Amino acid sequence: MVLQPSERHYRDWSHRRLGPWCSPTGSPAPLSCETGCGEGSWILVCRLLVPTQVSLLSMEEDIDTRKINNSFLRDHSYATEADIISTVEFNHTGELLATGDKGGRVVIFQREQESKNQVHRRGEYNVYSTFQSHEPEFDYLKSLEIEEKINKIRWLPQQNAAYFLLSTNDKTVKLWKVSERDKRPEGYNLKDEEGRLRDPATITTLRVPVLRPMDLMVEATPRRVFANAHTYHINSISVNSDYETYMSADDLRINLWNFEITNQSFNIVDIKPANMEELTEVITAAEFHPHHCNTFVYSSSKGTIRLCDMRASALCDRHTKFFEEPEDPSNRSFFSEIISSISDVKFSHSGRYIMTRDYLTVKVWDLNMENRPIETYQVHDYLRSKLCSLYENDCIFDKFECVWNGSDSVIMTGSYNNFFRMFDRNTKRDVTLEASRENSKPRAILKPRKVCVGGKRRKDEISVDSLDFSKKILHTAWHPSENIIAVAATNNLYIFQDKVN
Amino acid sequence: MFARGLKRKCADSEDSPPAPPACSLQRQSLLDMSLVKLQLCHMLAEPNLCRSVLIANTVRQLQEEMSQDSAWQVPAPASAGRGPLERLVSTEILCRTPWEQQGGHSAADSGGSPAPDLLSEPPGAPSAQAPRGAPGCAWEAASPRESRGGFQRSLDQIFETLDSKAPRAAEGLFADVDGPYYDLDAVLTGMVGAKSVPGDGFETLAPTGAPPPGVSYKRDLGELDHVVEILVET
Repeated sequence: MVLQPSERHYRDWSHRRLGPWCSPTGSPAPLSCETGCGEGSWILVCRLLVPTQVSLLSMEEDIDTRKINNSFLRDHSYATEADIISTVEFNHTGELLATGDKGGRVVIFQREQESKNQVHRRGEYNVYSTFQSHEPEFDYLKSLEIEEKINKIRWLPQQNAAYFLLSTNDKTVKLWKVSERDKRPEGYNLKDEEGRLRDPATITTLRVPVLRPMDLMVEATPRRVFANAHTYHINSISVNSDYETYMSADDLRINLWNFEITNQSFNIVDIKPANMEELTEVITAAEFHPHHCNTFVYSSSKGTIRLCDMRASALCDRHTKFFEEPEDPSNRSFFSEIISSISDVKFSHSGRYIMTRDYLTVKVWDLNMENRPIETYQVHDYLRSKLCSLYENDCIFDKFECVWNGSDSVIMTGSYNNFFRMFDRNTKRDVTLEASRENSKPRAILKPRKVCVGGKRRKDEISVDSLDFSKKILHTAWHPSENIIAVAATNNLYIFQDKVN
Repeated sequence: MFARGLKRKCADSEDSPPAPPACSLQRQSLLDMSLVKLQLCHMLAEPNLCRSVLIANTVRQLQEEMSQDSAWQVPAPASAGRGPLERLVSTEILCRTPWEQQGGHSAADSGGSPAPDLLSEPPGAPSAQAPRGAPGCAWEAASPRESRGGFQRSLDQIFETLDSKAPRAAEGLFADVDGPYYDLDAVLTGMVGAKSVPGDGFETLAPTGAPPPGVSYKRDLGELDHVVEILVET
């Protein structure tokens, strides 16, 4: 089969599965509003890592990928810096889970289909497709490298047999199509079996090519490249509910794109001051409303959230709503502004609330109330007295993400020492869990962790000074309808699910 | 630790003796740390704009406080007519490199007017005028006496630390502070990361050019201006 020069097909070396694509099997587990996030209910499903070695294999060889899968993808530490996971995202059905890493690669995992023979494997995710999304580039004008690190991945809702996702680095957004191929045409008239053109004089019969089954192959193709629209670093992308447009946000501007048009975008927010010396605030995150295609929010480094309506004007520099909590004077310090900087903003699935993450807390806001959040959760308040050290070692600038569960009843975010936290909004209970190799055996129940703040330390507690600040959980994802979560710890991807009795 | 209540305590202690040394020392070292961070982010491949802006805002806030405190302690000199705002070091100029400039820098802004009341301060300090361009002026024009001297001393300490690469040299800077503290070298190593040895980057800060003719600079001030020049010149 001859590949078109304009398209590069990335052959995939996940294990080859027999069977056509189909909608996910199995009924979703009861939502966590019934099971809660109480202690002892989460188990490790699998820990995955995709080392760099895999990508060095030649694309031309026909490799037995099952062998690769088994030998490389479990429990090997080939980890390099390029393998550090930088984004995690489930698709809209939860069947697929995409990760992006610092090396510009995207790895997509697919959920193991349920079968009667292997009931215990339900909920496991296996590699489905791997491809190089972004390459390192060099900006000649500024003499600066453009990192290939994938900052964000966002899935498009599925509209046909193929899957589409957006992936972005600091400067360029790409639309990727991931599709399965399980048939190939054979018996061409004009070409021989290797694809070479036959000498017309030798053709004496007429025949029609026939589609014959082949081993399932997953291909990833770049369908669109949206480049040259951002001067500053892209921190967010968000697909609009109209499925026709999406936005990309950098430190100072937000652009609106149409999926079909790559050489043009609309600038909808611009906070760049005329005089750069007056710059005191940047955009940190942005997201479209899940249902209203004219509404979006963006957060800032000063701890504010602005909600904008695109119907009001072409350039949404004037917000429709402005969310800011008045500062608590008793907590004021030189670091107040830094820790108020919002690192992530997410709409609830209902569209009624937004959740923001700043350095020490997660806050839930009601869209109808701008003057303060309706809920505030302390993620790791014991760090408040350590802010100076954290400023010194730059940890204070870490950008943690936050996620909702499918029913908006539980929120989750990461912390240090490979800890991550869940807060149940209904019961007001919270739990701290750890994603680490030492403490997790497959199917073992996760033990809740506790940080000891001062005084006597109990047996299982860990003191604040023993926390490992190099082990940070910045990226997590929650399955859209089930209690399955993906937690990225450096180059490891942990998948947990709640124990179903 | 810095975190809680430090600012309020200083602000409220009008009746007590001039700002306790621990308070201003901590503020000073925080300011120094921040300036070093800004310089470092100038050297990284791709400076993080959000981080730079947050650090710059912190620096601005620190200097505001320091100048306020100095205003209480030292009666306003002949330059009483100038408002407190004009005394602020123009951190925009400090930070210009991290977030680039569109077109030319408007060097004419902030700090264009020479400072009248400049330092005849600790013995050996250079005489008032800063004959160099706007960046130099901004530095000289803004700081009130006391913090200027303190700042100079701290910058000395930073350069000394870096030149000597002696981790213990930074201990004195943070002597009063309790809690787990990384010394400056660890900070620098951590920030620059695997790409380069911190020492490499800082060689470039050592002054290479000769000061303008007709002005005698001490070695320290020459370094300072050179640093600012590097920051501004991109």
